[in-house]
Amino acid sequence: MAMAIFKGGVHPEYRKELTASLAISVAPLPEKVVIPLQQHIGAPCEPLVEVGDAVKTGQKIGESEGFVSAPVHASISGRVTAIGPYNHPLGRKVAAVTIESDGQDEWDGQIGPLENYVECSPEELRDAIREAGIVGMGGATFPAHVKMSPPEGKAIDTVIINGAECEPYLTADHRLMLEEPEKVVIGLEVMMRVLGAGKGIIGIEDNKPDAIRVIGQLIEDKPALSVVPLKTKYPQGAEKMLIQVITKRQVPSGGLPLDVGVVNHNTGTAAAVADAVLTGRPLIERVVTVTGEGIRRPANLKVRLGTLVSELTELCGGLSDDTRKLIVGGPMMGLAQPTTDLPVIKGTSGILALTGEEVELIESDTCIRCARCVAACPINLVPTFIAQAAEHGRFARAEKLHAADCIECGCCAYVCPARIPLTQWMRVAKAEVLARRKG
Amino acid sequence: MNDNLVISSSPHIRTFQTVRGVMVDVLIALGPVVAVSILLFGYRALLTMTVAMLAAMLAEALWLHQWNIFGDGSAAVTGLLLAMTLPPDVAWWIPAIGSVTAIIIGKQVYGGIGNNIFNPALVGRAVLVVSWGTHLVGPIWPVPKPFHFFADISAVTTATPLAGEAEALGTTLSQLFIGNTGGCLGETSAMALLLGGLWLLYKGHIDWRIPGAFIGTVWLMGTLFGGAFYNNSVTTGLFHLLAGGVLLGAIFMATDMVTSPVTPWGKLIFGVGCGLITMLIRLFGSYPEGVTFAILTMNALTPLLDKFTIPRKFGEVKQVA
Repeated sequence: MAMAIFKGGVHPEYRKELTASLAISVAPLPEKVVIPLQQHIGAPCEPLVEVGDAVKTGQKIGESEGFVSAPVHASISGRVTAIGPYNHPLGRKVAAVTIESDGQDEWDGQIGPLENYVECSPEELRDAIREAGIVGMGGATFPAHVKMSPPEGKAIDTVIINGAECEPYLTADHRLMLEEPEKVVIGLEVMMRVLGAGKGIIGIEDNKPDAIRVIGQLIEDKPALSVVPLKTKYPQGAEKMLIQVITKRQVPSGGLPLDVGVVNHNTGTAAAVADAVLTGRPLIERVVTVTGEGIRRPANLKVRLGTLVSELTELCGGLSDDTRKLIVGGPMMGLAQPTTDLPVIKGTSGILALTGEEVELIESDTCIRCARCVAACPINLVPTFIAQAAEHGRFARAEKLHAADCIECGCCAYVCPARIPLTQWMRVAKAEVLARRKG
Repeated sequence: MNDNLVISSSPHIRTFQTVRGVMVDVLIALGPVVAVSILLFGYRALLTMTVAMLAAMLAEALWLHQWNIFGDGSAAVTGLLLAMTLPPDVAWWIPAIGSVTAIIIGKQVYGGIGNNIFNPALVGRAVLVVSWGTHLVGPIWPVPKPFHFFADISAVTTATPLAGEAEALGTTLSQLFIGNTGGCLGETSAMALLLGGLWLLYKGHIDWRIPGAFIGTVWLMGTLFGGAFYNNSVTTGLFHLLAGGVLLGAIFMATDMVTSPVTPWGKLIFGVGCGLITMLIRLFGSYPEGVTFAILTMNALTPLLDKFTIPRKFGEVKQVA
């Protein structure tokens, strides 16, 4: 069967070989964790603990009244030593709870599996997912239970698990699918049950044939589930691209996947859902790929949330002296950080250290209208025109050119021979256009 | 701790492609054409090309106050392309004036690379045609002397195949394809031009739409309205395609990124327009050849084409009711 493809996209160097064959290793229990009270899109949590309190692993320490929000939990047992602003991967300081470990890793005694989860009602399952603080673990960190609460009248027929992992370097999802495929499948089945969806599909890029095989074998006798191999092309894992390729449905501009009857979750999110129903354990750890030419010993690590990045880079042999860029996430969409003194959060899929060679700081030339950005844009925009409009402050024009539809995948800036920071301008344009619509 | 950490907006990796790299690839693509023109017309071809490139590069370097005369390579491309549109035995000062005009009037006065409206090489050629036309578009052209580098090519002359029906019939299609016929440096050998075009397509520097639509339109117009003088109507279409500057224009001139549309539909319409105007001039105009003015006219329409052909964004059609 010929694989469907989406329009545009790019083929960066994937560099996944640095970590693709390395089994997930469990990072040693950290002595200190910093748990930001906001690790998701939506309302921030209020702390439920005070400085000096003793907390147990898995204990809820932050909660919000808001629907679009997700609670946060202690990822180790110990004592709360501080509550206050701390560095956050998003670039600003965010209120966070600092816990110093007692070395016991003693779990909260109230935590237990959902009795016979197969019999549970969708509502019970959804509540369990919310209580577990599960958010989109591919990086978007949208609260999972919100995606599983479609508005009245929107029927969901398909749940898609995004195993594309199209970002270069990252292999966390790949290893998870190889090593804990049952969890991914159970998570998918739970989500289908919550949404009443009849079909479950796991999409995996064809540069991970072993994962395609392993998951394929596991679901052989489950007719409702299937694995769809995807052509390896960035941004194959972008929600809209993934849904189009798998279901042939286009998410309408400004709409959501549920508008076309689809809900789409990351591999890690599915595994977290499985954990939540099988063991009752909330989301307190995740797989992080620590990689890049600046990392001496790259690894796939299972780490407690709130572990400081500096601790992980030390664990992997330290940063090389020529490291010029430290990125949380992948190289196409990740966020560059000024420091390693910041915590791993729910959406942290990778820690990437790039060295001088890769991080060129080149002044941009004039646009030569080569239209490579037009060909690369998966959303069919004309990035160079939008960037020009943004540069000149002509945001009405940027809006007419559909700046608000940009998914910030980075393809336009990646291909630009004049090295114009197109994606950055797209963000400027998009933010301004959206702000004007609101105001 | 690490003061060296650089903060910038994603993406954090880039292609190795640069503007200079694109220009170097265009020069490479012109390689076969250059080789064939030297094979056919000897040292005169080499001289014309060298003067044109040097004049273009010097003019640009002087204007920009830079020592590196190659710069981003775009001036070398402009100079070489201009040379391609000149007769092989043209006086040496013609390419010099043409190149300087191309760089200064065609490009730098607009603000340099990326900002010019018209294809600089064609601006240079247009000024030459209007000012020193007798040196460029006369009825008499040197006959190629393959493999004779020092040949005096002006000794034996002929008319170009486009000059009239009799001249056309004196030239076979395979002669046109190989390039063993009278004409400008870069337009005689279809084979060499196509080779360069394939290279540019392979490297992704040009899109098939402009050359495809341009060539397709010329062939269609030649077939339908060419009068079938060349055996039958289909071969007449082919004749129009292979003779004169259509391939050079379609592959190297109309595809100039700066002066052609960026949108897919814009490119298609641009190509069709180039073909249409070329053939209108050839069939009904007073010049035997119309490629230059066809492309320049479409250059002027480029902003308009872009404006009206903004692609339909993802998810725009299938609004769920």
